[in-house]
Amino acid sequence: MNFFSDIILMLDSSVRLAVPILLAALAGLYSERSGIVDIGLEGKMLGAAFAAAAVAAVTGSPWLGLLAAIAVSSFMAMIHAIASINMRGNQIISGVALNFLALGATVFVGHSWFKRGGSTPNLSTEARFSPIELPFAEQLGGIPIVGEIYEQLISGHNLIVYVAFLAVPVTAWVLFRTRFGLRLRAVGENPKALDTAGISVTRLRYQALIIGGILCGLAGAYLSTGQGASFSDNMTAGRGFIALAALIFAKWKPVPVLWTCLLFGVLSAAQIRLQGVEFPLIGEVPVQAIQALPYILTVILLAGFIGRSVAPKAVGQPYIKER
Amino acid sequence: MNTKILSKGLAARAGILAGGVALGALLVGSALAEPALIYDAAGKNDKSFNEMAWNGAEMYAAANNLPYSDLEIQTDAQREQALRRFARSGASPIVVPGFTWAEPVSVVAQEFPDTNFAIIDAVVDLPNVRSVLFKEQEGSYLVGALAALKSETGTIGFVTAFDFPLLQAFGCGYVQGAKAANADIEVLQNFIGTGFEAFGDINTAGEIGRSQVERGADVIFAAAGGAGEGALQAAADAGVYGIGVDSNQNYLFPGNMLTSMVKRVDIAVLNAFQDELDGNFTAGVQVLGLAEGGVSAAMDEFNAPLITPEMQAVLDDFIAKINSGEIVVHDYRSDNSCPVS
Repeated sequence: MNFFSDIILMLDSSVRLAVPILLAALAGLYSERSGIVDIGLEGKMLGAAFAAAAVAAVTGSPWLGLLAAIAVSSFMAMIHAIASINMRGNQIISGVALNFLALGATVFVGHSWFKRGGSTPNLSTEARFSPIELPFAEQLGGIPIVGEIYEQLISGHNLIVYVAFLAVPVTAWVLFRTRFGLRLRAVGENPKALDTAGISVTRLRYQALIIGGILCGLAGAYLSTGQGASFSDNMTAGRGFIALAALIFAKWKPVPVLWTCLLFGVLSAAQIRLQGVEFPLIGEVPVQAIQALPYILTVILLAGFIGRSVAPKAVGQPYIKER
Repeated sequence: MNTKILSKGLAARAGILAGGVALGALLVGSALAEPALIYDAAGKNDKSFNEMAWNGAEMYAAANNLPYSDLEIQTDAQREQALRRFARSGASPIVVPGFTWAEPVSVVAQEFPDTNFAIIDAVVDLPNVRSVLFKEQEGSYLVGALAALKSETGTIGFVTAFDFPLLQAFGCGYVQGAKAANADIEVLQNFIGTGFEAFGDINTAGEIGRSQVERGADVIFAAAGGAGEGALQAAADAGVYGIGVDSNQNYLFPGNMLTSMVKRVDIAVLNAFQDELDGNFTAGVQVLGLAEGGVSAAMDEFNAPLITPEMQAVLDDFIAKINSGEIVVHDYRSDNSCPVS
């Protein structure tokens, strides 16, 4: 029984670790399905994390923080849109520039604002997204296994976690069951066909990038006002790039994105618990090997079993209307 | 043969030159020798390391009613430039906190052999540089003992940024202190990441803090710079205790902060300034331990209710024994290993 509750706690931790990557990967999904490479996920998330923490610290409201996060992240997405859609610039360069912009600007603005070396003040409980207890969680908690899973694993996360998991079926539905989704998939494969049909490629790609901006905003707000309680220099620590990798492994499909992110979450949570543990026969494994585990296993599991992953055909190519 | 004579001659001339410059410096020195402090990247008001350095400079200014100069750098490229500017304007000593200063100081200190420099947390082996190190293991030993005494579950935690000798020295001291206070204590040790980026990863630190609490830890020592706050927050959220690092962080989560392992960077800055003023500035390595007041377990109004008289008694006993040499806390950096875990 003790072992079982340990597993539940670890899965609980996996969920929390997977959420920012999941949101960012979905953001990348919209963008790349529309034909725009989105290497700036990391930067958008970082900018959003800062905006959320700073505004929540000043106003005391996580909601205003979330709005600010979405605004900043969408604004950055629009810079990317102008550079790569209107100016037809190189999308990788624009994305990398956004990452550097966020890295420098957050610390610079943060330091001149709060005088704490780029960090924001610690948020009080009211200024954070606090855990939501789902109905009957306590009563059902008494039931073995099913009740415990409900009480400890499903209940007790903050709002953004539920939004993130809800975003997966919604994205799947939008992508494969709506007219917008059909067009979005088409614009990433063959923008010319869409243009011939009289649909604006530019408009569709802008819509995709705005959705991506909103999702990155949620991811950033989650990091600094949901899971954490302040912003600090480079707090995304590479999550945007992991999200990009997850997107590629998942072949740009929403439900596989969820599984990839959860797998990464489970492996990261396991990694934390396995540090310094004595294994039977092997003894203590060097901590670096344990820390590399999520990355190594992700590559083995996914590269070994997923097979070829083909990107949307028009991704990375600016669309030029023929005259 | 020829080269030997030549080099001898050069050395002699260099000596005369240096003497001349020294004399010149002496003549104008008293008017210009204003001490200077250049902060590390995090800046003056980081509520931690650099702010402690600033406090030291303020203590000097208040005690002597004398001015000092200070500067916050904006980019890494400014490090050498800032050092040169202060050295040229006659400032001495120039104090820089943080091991990232080691390279710039070793370059500029050679260009200005008559200016005194002091670097904190790193060693620069030059005749005009004082290198100040701390015995982190001794302070960590004390907070480890307090953690073990406070723990009701028999499990305590240690969270640090990554596998690095300086950080391991914190952990090793902590475990030694905890085992000394309670031989049966179990210490969970976790690394946040694999490199310097881990110092910013608050979220993973928080997740690690939570996992340690779930595994039974009820006191968590976070020695991970800015990221440490994530673990302290996790401890506070779970209603258990956290231990801060570097500066006194007891105020962060009152009621949930057992103590802080304080590195008295302010003392190091004050000493460097004061020694220069009194004319007894010495170069070389200076190690500030418990006996020198360089490290301590912070006690203030925020954590006073959490420290019982029994805990205080044990703490005082350990302090006395470390000061007298009866307890020698093993330094991880001396042989890159820890006798206990």
